[in-house]
Parts: sequence; C-alpha cells; structure tokens
Amino acid sequence: MNKIYATATEALEGVLSDGMLIAAGGFGLCGIPELLLQAIKEHGAKNLTFASNNAGVDDFGIGILLQTRQVKKMISSYVGENAEFMRQYLSGELELEFNPQGTLAERMRAGGCGIPGFYTKTGVGTQIAEGKEVKQFNGEDYILEEGIFADLSIVKAWKADDTGNLVFRKTARNFNPPAAMCGKVCIAEVEEIVPRGSLDPDTIHLPGIYVHRIVQGTHEKRIEQRTTRKREEA
Amino acid sequence: MGWDRNQMAARAAQELEDGMYVNLGIGIPTLVANYVGDKDITLQSENGMLGMGPFPFDGDEDPDLINAGKQTITELSRTSYFDSATSFGMIRGGKIAAAILGAMEVAENGDLANWMIPGKLVKGMGGAMDLVAGVGKVIVVMDHQNKAGESKVLKECTLPLTGKGVVDRIITNLGVLDVVEGGLRIVECADGVTEEELRAATEATIV
Repeated sequence: MNKIYATATEALEGVLSDGMLIAAGGFGLCGIPELLLQAIKEHGAKNLTFASNNAGVDDFGIGILLQTRQVKKMISSYVGENAEFMRQYLSGELELEFNPQGTLAERMRAGGCGIPGFYTKTGVGTQIAEGKEVKQFNGEDYILEEGIFADLSIVKAWKADDTGNLVFRKTARNFNPPAAMCGKVCIAEVEEIVPRGSLDPDTIHLPGIYVHRIVQGTHEKRIEQRTTRKREEA
Repeated sequence: MGWDRNQMAARAAQELEDGMYVNLGIGIPTLVANYVGDKDITLQSENGMLGMGPFPFDGDEDPDLINAGKQTITELSRTSYFDSATSFGMIRGGKIAAAILGAMEVAENGDLANWMIPGKLVKGMGGAMDLVAGVGKVIVVMDHQNKAGESKVLKECTLPLTGKGVVDRIITNLGVLDVVEGGLRIVECADGVTEEELRAATEATIV
C-alpha cells in the first residue's frame, strides 16, 4: 500500500470535507503542519472544528484559515497570539472551547487509545468543571473529561519512512503524536521521507499504524519569540 | 522596602532542593533559574522537555527548540524530549516536585486565580490548571498588592479560579507566607518589612 503523496493538496483528496473535526499537532508555531494547513485553505473546506493547542498567528498556522473564515470552532488551551482570532471570537463568529493543556493532550491520546472518557483532578472547582460529572477517588474529587475522536488528523514530523513510521525533532514533537493517534485518518507532513530500514526501529516515536498518508515538503518553520544571548555573556 | 523582582526570584530559588524536577512559569518565576546556584535542578518545559537550557547564542536559534513561552532555548547534556500527553502525564502524575508561578490573586485557603479577568481579553489557561492540580508543591511568586495598592492575598479570590486549594507557599515583595489550617502563616518578612506592615498589607487571615 502506498502512503506517499506528492503534495499536501493530493494528500487531502477524498478525506477533507465541510464541518469536520480536525486534530492538529503543534505548540505555538513549533511543529505545526504548515503545508497541510495551506492546502486546506486552498481546498476551501469550511465550518471546520480544530482541536489544536493554539490557533497560530494572524498570517501563519491555523491563523490563515481564520482569515478565510473556514473555522467554526476551536478547542484550545491558549489563543493569545492571534488578533484576528480575538476579533472573530468577540464578535461571536467563532466558537471557542478552552481545555487545560494537559486535558487537551490526554483527550487526544485517550481518543486514539479507544478510551471515551477519563477522570482528572485538573480544573476541579473551576469554570472548567461546570456541567461535568464529579467522582471521588480516595476522598478526592475528579472530573470526567471525554476522549477526542477526530475525523482527520494533520501532523508534522521530521522524518518518515514509506510505512509511516515517524521521528520528530526536539520540542517540535509536542501535540503531534496524540493528535495523530485520535483521527480516523492521519496525514503526516515531513521534512524528509527516508528509505525503509534506515530509521532505527528502537527510536521511532510514532509507529506507522497511526499514519495513513505522508507528504514531504519544505517548511518555513517560523520562530514566534526569537530570544538569544550575546556570546560575551557566556 | 521589600524585595525587588530579582530578590523575589532569589528567595523562591531557596525553595528548590538538590535533585528536584521543577516547572517555572512566565515572568518572575523564569528568573528563578538564575539563582539555583550549585543545586542540581532539572527544569521541565511543559511543551515536552526536561532539562531546559539557557537562551541560544545569536545565530544558534532552532525553530524546533522552544519553551512553553514559545521562546527559543537550548538543550543540555541531560535533556530529554517527549510528547504533550507524556509531559502532562508527569505533571498530573505528581512527578514534578514543584511549580513556581505568578498569580493575580491567592486566597487564604490556597485558591489561585491567574488565568482570566472577566470582561477582558481571555487568552486561555495553557498548562496552568494542570500544573497546579498535579505537581508536588505550588509556590506563587507575585507582588503583594495590585497597582491600586490593594492586597492580592485575599480571604477569597474574586477572579475565576485556576485551582482550588492548590497553593502551598506565597512569596511576595513583602515576605513569605504558607497556606495552613485556618489561614496563612508568616514564614518571613522581606528585607526592611515589619510583621505589622506585612499584616496591614494582607487582606487574608493570618494565623
């Protein structure tokens, strides 16, 4: 079975439609599936719901789909870097469901593992707990959170082999593995597709069973907060 | 009178013990890393890293290597990387010994508010709710009073909570307070601050 597609647009063929729930990897602008997001913009699918930790910035990441009004709802933990997001949210054009970051990651992981719900201490006694079942374990309160079962997952990895085994690089791994796991179909965009057998099986971060389509491309990899020190400070 | 930002960070660093795995929040907590001295402390960045190093030298920035504040950073010889579910697994699972973080309000029962002001722009809680619910010890570092001179150390929080009964210790420009049965206990006063001044600046019950 061939998992390799020539372009992000081709990789999305037949699996992208209006009103979908899409789980996207990335943290801030680090490790985001930038090529697939661009291809979704060009495709024009609308009323999309994204489960994604952040919403990009105005002109990069999910931000480009906000500009074109393709996003109906975001499930995120932090959206502070995006002015257009705030404008649409405050005017009621965009729905927003805040999830604590770890709850969002676990909801994706759980969905990918066939776990429809789990109890967590995170958010007990806060707005996040409103309307959620509370259960006591060993005398402490926990709230019920639900697994995310996405229609489509879009992730970014460093390297893939042709079977879809993925290797990520440094902190660009972040939400990509749990996002990949929770989708009915997962598309991974990578910097390099390497020949089968050239990835050490012991160092594969995400087994190819989770990855259905792969596309290789050139990534801008924009830096959100460039912070450095001068050499003489060392 | 009292401590400045760096002195507060230095005082917070005294809370850390050799061998601890620690998560530092944004703002004054970030400065704590400058004051750990010879102690063997491993910093966690909740976007998926243990063993966070300093900012890179000019020209060495790596877009694949950032901290939870989205700043470029570096790795150390001890560094490990992992995904976000694993990262919050170690947070929720109590493996991180302490979190040092900022706050808008803290109450005498340990309630913490630091993620939203109703009517103002809401950016989200990020990982703060997970951290305060999961780590071993929650240490808040903040100014004792707001810009209007009102106590941020309250009987009850007025803002939406980040966590209920989660704070263990409060370090402010005026001193150090512990959350105990019935209220707060003064651990120490900042340089040049008397106990009377600290009490007068605090709305919460001091026991």
